[in-house]
Amino acid sequence: MSEGVDVRFAGAVGGFRLEAELRLAPRAITGLSGPSGSGKTTLIRCLAGLMRLPGRMVVDGDVWQDERRFRPAHRRPVGVVFQEASLLPHLSVRGNLDYGARRAGGVSAEALAEVVELLGLGPLMGRGVARLSGGERQRVALGRALLSRPRLLLMDEPLSSLDAASKAEIIPYLERLHRALAMPMLYVTHDRRELDRLADVVLHMQAGRIVPGPERPDEAAALAGLSPQDRDALALAALRAGLSPASHA
Amino acid sequence: MGEVVWTTIRLAAFTTVLLLILATPVAWWLARGRAWWKEVIAAVLTLPIILPPTVLGFYLLIAFAPGSPLMEPLKPFGVRTLAFSFEGLVIASIVYSLPFAVQPIRSAFEAMGERPMEVAATLRASPLDAFFTVALPMARRGFLAAAILVFAHTIGEFGVVLMIGGSIPGETEVISIRIYQLVESLRFDEAHKLAAGLVAFAFGVMLAMLLLDRGAERRRPL
Repeated sequence: MSEGVDVRFAGAVGGFRLEAELRLAPRAITGLSGPSGSGKTTLIRCLAGLMRLPGRMVVDGDVWQDERRFRPAHRRPVGVVFQEASLLPHLSVRGNLDYGARRAGGVSAEALAEVVELLGLGPLMGRGVARLSGGERQRVALGRALLSRPRLLLMDEPLSSLDAASKAEIIPYLERLHRALAMPMLYVTHDRRELDRLADVVLHMQAGRIVPGPERPDEAAALAGLSPQDRDALALAALRAGLSPASHA
Repeated sequence: MGEVVWTTIRLAAFTTVLLLILATPVAWWLARGRAWWKEVIAAVLTLPIILPPTVLGFYLLIAFAPGSPLMEPLKPFGVRTLAFSFEGLVIASIVYSLPFAVQPIRSAFEAMGERPMEVAATLRASPLDAFFTVALPMARRGFLAAAILVFAHTIGEFGVVLMIGGSIPGETEVISIRIYQLVESLRFDEAHKLAAGLVAFAFGVMLAMLLLDRGAERRRPL
């Protein structure tokens, strides 16, 4: 059984064509950036099973989609954090956390306590969701996704609707999450700083395709093994030659 | 007097419960369906607002008559006609109040947007599960509004009942018809009692609706 997620989609929605092939490493956050309308959200929706485009998707050796089969969203152990607050407004914070947990076969009290601790949800538990700040809401949404026992976590610009202060408040939680979780995660964002702090690998998307972006994964890997001095020297040489570091190396 | 009030309330209660059950899937389909012709259906379902009750009553009378295409299949069950019966009145009231149930429920489903159902799906709720645990509770104000409107509208109906009810005491005689008959026979004192009762009832309903609206305003998340 191969760990991680292998994906290939090729199809059109309306006039837009998505042709994406990617692999999400088993224990890493894969960052995905790209201009608005480049298909990032469409890709997330296809991965979550909310939308169906022709293609193939295999998660830890299980086929979720191929030519004949398609697991709809409610049969996929996938956690999704949407861009804007997506908490169910008729439920309390606890009700939201329970909603997915119950349907995923329930979670132990320890698992609940762990997620509550990890995301600092303790003081929020009894509150109604209308009284939460933007940052608190996204933390609850994240906790709810985790408690549904996903094997793949998808985050679609989870911080983009937050102000700078709320962002600064939630990023440390995401970093802790990264260290604590052993599952593939896809993190979509426009924000360079979020990518720098959270993503292990960065993919770039343009016009429905995964393209070699400013940060190619192979570059990142190549550069990661070098000392800061070597990296600087390489960058300097690249600047002089007017070339990108990877093609130089 | 008590009997006519009881018949009216019974009619309104049956109509409200049955109509809410019937209108829910229709409203859901109108809110979520993608068929291009759904607005055609929506228009047909809204007709009872525009048509004079006499027109509706006339067609229903024909439909309920013995030997009509609607009554023919019911013959083996011993039902010859539904005209001048309580059951017929309930069906007529359902048709007459249909738009008052479908519209608010449809609006509530539409206001909800697609997102909550998608969220529920990503949390492993099947479509039916999500409908009962997310869509219905989120649209509860629409249901409450629909229930109040349908109940009130049924209490206030006159033309349709006049056409197909027949004013049989304890069966099809309702308050609005009784008031008409009392006035016809110049029994103003009794007419006053029933009429004033309806005015108070109507005021109570409108007040309830407005308070409901304000509550919704206040509770809306920022």
